[in-house]
Amino acid sequence: MAERQVTFKDAVLEALAEEMRADPSVVLIGEDIGAAGGVFLQTKGLFEEFGASRVIDTPISESAIVGMAIGAAMTGLRPVVEIMFGDFITLGMDQLVNQAAKVRYMSAGGFTVPLVLRTAIGVGGNLGPQHSQSLHAWVAHVPGLKVVMPSNAADAKGLMKAAIRDGDPVVFFESRSSYNTKGPVSDGEHVVPIGKAAVTREGRNVSIVAVGAMVGVALQVAERLAGEDISVEVVDVRSLVPLDEGTILKSVKKTSRALVLDAGYAQFGVTGEIAALIAEQAFDWLDAPVMRLAAPNVPIPFSRTLEPLVIPSRDQAAAKVRELMGTR
Amino acid sequence: MTTNEKLTGDFGLSLYRGMVTIRAFEERVRSLSAAGQVPGLTHLYSGQEAVAVGVSSALQPDDAITSHHRGHGHCLASGADPVRLMAEILGRTAGYGLGRGGSMHILDPATRNLGTNGIVGGGVPLATGAALTAKTLHASWLAVAFFGDGAMNQGIVFECMNMAALWKLPVLYVCENNHYGEFTRIDDVTAGTLAGRAAVFGIPVAEIDGMDVLAVHAAAQDAVARAREGQGPSLLVCDTWRFSGHHAGDKQSYKDDAEAKNWAAKCPIETLGRRLVANKLADADSLSALRKTIEADIAAVAEQARAMPEPASASLEDHLHG
Repeated sequence: MAERQVTFKDAVLEALAEEMRADPSVVLIGEDIGAAGGVFLQTKGLFEEFGASRVIDTPISESAIVGMAIGAAMTGLRPVVEIMFGDFITLGMDQLVNQAAKVRYMSAGGFTVPLVLRTAIGVGGNLGPQHSQSLHAWVAHVPGLKVVMPSNAADAKGLMKAAIRDGDPVVFFESRSSYNTKGPVSDGEHVVPIGKAAVTREGRNVSIVAVGAMVGVALQVAERLAGEDISVEVVDVRSLVPLDEGTILKSVKKTSRALVLDAGYAQFGVTGEIAALIAEQAFDWLDAPVMRLAAPNVPIPFSRTLEPLVIPSRDQAAAKVRELMGTR
Repeated sequence: MTTNEKLTGDFGLSLYRGMVTIRAFEERVRSLSAAGQVPGLTHLYSGQEAVAVGVSSALQPDDAITSHHRGHGHCLASGADPVRLMAEILGRTAGYGLGRGGSMHILDPATRNLGTNGIVGGGVPLATGAALTAKTLHASWLAVAFFGDGAMNQGIVFECMNMAALWKLPVLYVCENNHYGEFTRIDDVTAGTLAGRAAVFGIPVAEIDGMDVLAVHAAAQDAVARAREGQGPSLLVCDTWRFSGHHAGDKQSYKDDAEAKNWAAKCPIETLGRRLVANKLADADSLSALRKTIEADIAAVAEQARAMPEPASASLEDHLHG
């Protein structure tokens, strides 16, 4: 099938438009998503095509937006809620944690919540401590929510389509730094199943298990270290919940060394969770302790000199891989 | 029935039966709780029956409701199966949530009940969102959110009222002011008025005697008619009283005895019973007999539910994801 080069942002937009055309119960709810087209132009054109009753501009009331979307999802709509910055999901956390995550379980499947919450996360552009966080671990902690985090345009489109069709609440994290990155997207129907990781690059010596925008860092490190005769395999986690443990463990059992890479915080975070999985279930295959690289445990600072320090870098990742190989 | 319509015997008796069923159910839960048969905490609706029954009798079967932590009455008034309701309260597999939800988490798609709720104000966004569905799909049904006076100090309630008024959503907000948020008097923690909270959004408010089922019913009918005509949300503030404590077993040392006695005299069941007798729509003996029959039925419901099995360990992760 023919492929096109599409930005991450436009790939998500294609998924939204296609699903809205196919299913009249799909609606978008969020701030500035209507005629304005979204602050990142991530909903551009949808208002013109589908109108105000399906592209619903809301007041700045994140808590009620999420809560109302849950009630709408329980009664026949398939809402895609947009929370402009991932930092603001904290305002909707009660709704996500105490309502959305528990409805199916508490009603024994009587009610479902086919809801997607999309939100832009990550550091960049000096937006400061309240517009730069990557809090995906918060929601991944709560049973009953599904959590996906695509790293490229094709997966962004395919996972958004899967998320909209899913019967459960899915939180869809988009790295702002990926928005304008182009990648190949096939023409026609393209759905990526939730709960499947991908081996993005095969290798023999070290597995880098990476999440979201950090997959790009991992691939660059793999390319760089190939010149040092270190063969790096890159696993793109794609879905945090459900986590594809099999693909991660298979890779680590092959390479015997693992670095887990995430732009979220190190403390009580995604890297620790995946490292524990590897330690518990692949210990006998390991030739070195599992290593982690994540954001340092500080608020994301504003200044041009400080901000870059909280983004896991290629140099840091390469150094960790060399340490795993004993060639530091 | 609107305010000016004549009360008929059939309708009056259906309201009476509805309230007595709730009272009998709740008093049975109370005795089971005192006997240690009810896991966890349970919050009884005795005293507030006129609100659930008065509003529900103004609704159609496909109207959706959300309820709160004191929610058994709304479930029954919406047509819940008392056996499945009791089974859930007792944590049995025959319950609405297979025993995993309990008293504060009763959801039933068949009666369009989006749930009792353990978060104060938690049902308000769900009902408002349901009303958004109705509007978006051009459906004829509406949504009702029952909540207490305590929820009127939760920010999300006002966020919802703002959007409901702005978009003229078909939703009815029913505030049951029983004067206490847990152990604290509403006056001690509330600036302004409950009615004023909705009025600022341009939402019509009716302040009514929540112990008078006919008054509640008439106000609900007016509000329901407005919602169905596309005129948007309304708020009913129902002045009422819980005859029990915050939860079954609460000693209520924080309540004034004289005030409690005054409210006890306003029992909604007795009030309607007197009116039915005065209007020669029923006689005292037949009402008394009806009450005994319902109490016996509910006792049988409780025994049936108690005999049901508790969930098997293997069911722990059932219905986590689809």
